[in-house]
Amino acid sequence: MGGAKKRVPAIEGWFRMNDAEPSLLGVRCSACRTIYFPREAFCRNPECGGGALEETPLSRRGKLWSWTDNRYAPPLPYMARDPFEPYTVAAVELEAEKMVVLGQVAPKVDATGFRVGQSMELVLDTLFEDDANEYIVWKWKPVAA
Amino acid sequence: MAHEVAVLGVGMHPWGKWGRSFVEYGVAAARAALKDAGVAWKDVEFVAGGDTMRNGYPGYVAGATFAQALGWTGAQVASTYGACATGAQAIDVARARILAGLCEVALVVGADTTPKGFFAPTGGERPSDPDWLRFRLLGATNPIYFGLYARRRMEIFGATLSDFAQVKVKNSRHGLSNANARYRKAVTLEEVMASPVVSDPLRLLDICATSDGGAAVVLTSMEFARKHATSPVRVVAVSTVTPRFPNTIIEMPNFSTDSAATVAAPDVPFKDSIARRAYEAAGVGPEDLDLAEVYDLSTALELDWYENIGIAKPGGAEKLLRDGETTLGGRIPVNVSGGLACFGEAIPAQAISQLCELTWQLRGQAKDRQVEGAKLGIAVNQGLFGHGSAVLAQR
Repeated sequence: MGGAKKRVPAIEGWFRMNDAEPSLLGVRCSACRTIYFPREAFCRNPECGGGALEETPLSRRGKLWSWTDNRYAPPLPYMARDPFEPYTVAAVELEAEKMVVLGQVAPKVDATGFRVGQSMELVLDTLFEDDANEYIVWKWKPVAA
Repeated sequence: MAHEVAVLGVGMHPWGKWGRSFVEYGVAAARAALKDAGVAWKDVEFVAGGDTMRNGYPGYVAGATFAQALGWTGAQVASTYGACATGAQAIDVARARILAGLCEVALVVGADTTPKGFFAPTGGERPSDPDWLRFRLLGATNPIYFGLYARRRMEIFGATLSDFAQVKVKNSRHGLSNANARYRKAVTLEEVMASPVVSDPLRLLDICATSDGGAAVVLTSMEFARKHATSPVRVVAVSTVTPRFPNTIIEMPNFSTDSAATVAAPDVPFKDSIARRAYEAAGVGPEDLDLAEVYDLSTALELDWYENIGIAKPGGAEKLLRDGETTLGGRIPVNVSGGLACFGEAIPAQAISQLCELTWQLRGQAKDRQVEGAKLGIAVNQGLFGHGSAVLAQR
């Protein structure tokens, strides 16, 4: 592997590190069945007495709710590349979970033709790197419906 | 109307990028408000300070910081924080204290000194703080969220870049003669649309700046006010509502909405509930309003607010704007102060400054930007982490 960087999640436990079938990892309340992402320590449903929260993968596909981009480097703690590369951020609605989840859009995807409602799929990609590691995060990518 | 307090005095320190201590702006605003009220500092029984998060410890204890700067008198204090809704919380704490009969005269002060550029989270490695994580994992600045809402408006309601720019054009004209505004220059549609894209579809001139500034109000019991003023402006309702579960609109600084799969979304979405709570408390409705000050963090957000406060139906905001109804002289002028477009955001001062503007308008002292015969006005905003803010003022 000489010199190859280690791929590590940019945050522990928020998604499955599986390039073929990545998914976000939420939790589901054993009492009221409500799903949360990111994971919660307690069920936040005010009508629920509060059950045990069990890890559950979220749907890997959803519909685009909205999108925008960033043309200027954000401040720390975002680890911007130098020179800065603008990126698109998408809000994607997961049908089964009835939940909108944000994510950057995979690089080199042209958002010009994006439309609300189009299908998006979860992928894993590099967020930033240092001398030892590549830090991996989830991103959204358009996919044929 | 049992739940009324009087706005006996208002004062502001002009918004700008002055680079001095927030305490100076707060003290200047407080002195102006006391003078306007004809009340001596030593007669203030209670000080409510709006906290600032970017100015060290004095900012976290703003009530005491301002009380000390004005000269310790033994007055009781409270310091509150609710992000952009901070000012409304400070107003509400003072109001509640007066209504409970615990004091007659309260001073509410908020002031901020802001750094250059994007608002960033406080420093250090804080991976359990969603406000830190949204920058780290998504690069989701505030304009990213504004951009998502703006694009959604374009897709769902057919809003155009020209509509967004028109909001800025309107507000820039409103603020031209406002001595407390930071930007006093009329801009054109072309200038807005040609300004650099920050978070598409929003341009630089669609997004509010961050500013230094200070605002203060003297609130008193109605009984006290009647001895000092004829027909004072009254705060008739304050709403500091939080969302109801599940909150289904993506909100700063969150990564996701709540799931609505097991519990149905509430009939009234969070942003609609903010003004509604105030209307219900005062027994009025949006049709009774003469003017509104809304939180135009972006031009597109101002259009969302028209619908959230009930002066337009969903999808109707663009028509209201295009018809000139929200321009000074129209049926329901919005942001006659110039709004954040002309002020930029000085977080803990902003909701208090909105009440200052309503007060000048209701007294008929707003000069070139006066809404003729204004009797009832609303000021609304929203702070991240689920803070609603609405103040209804009447005369």
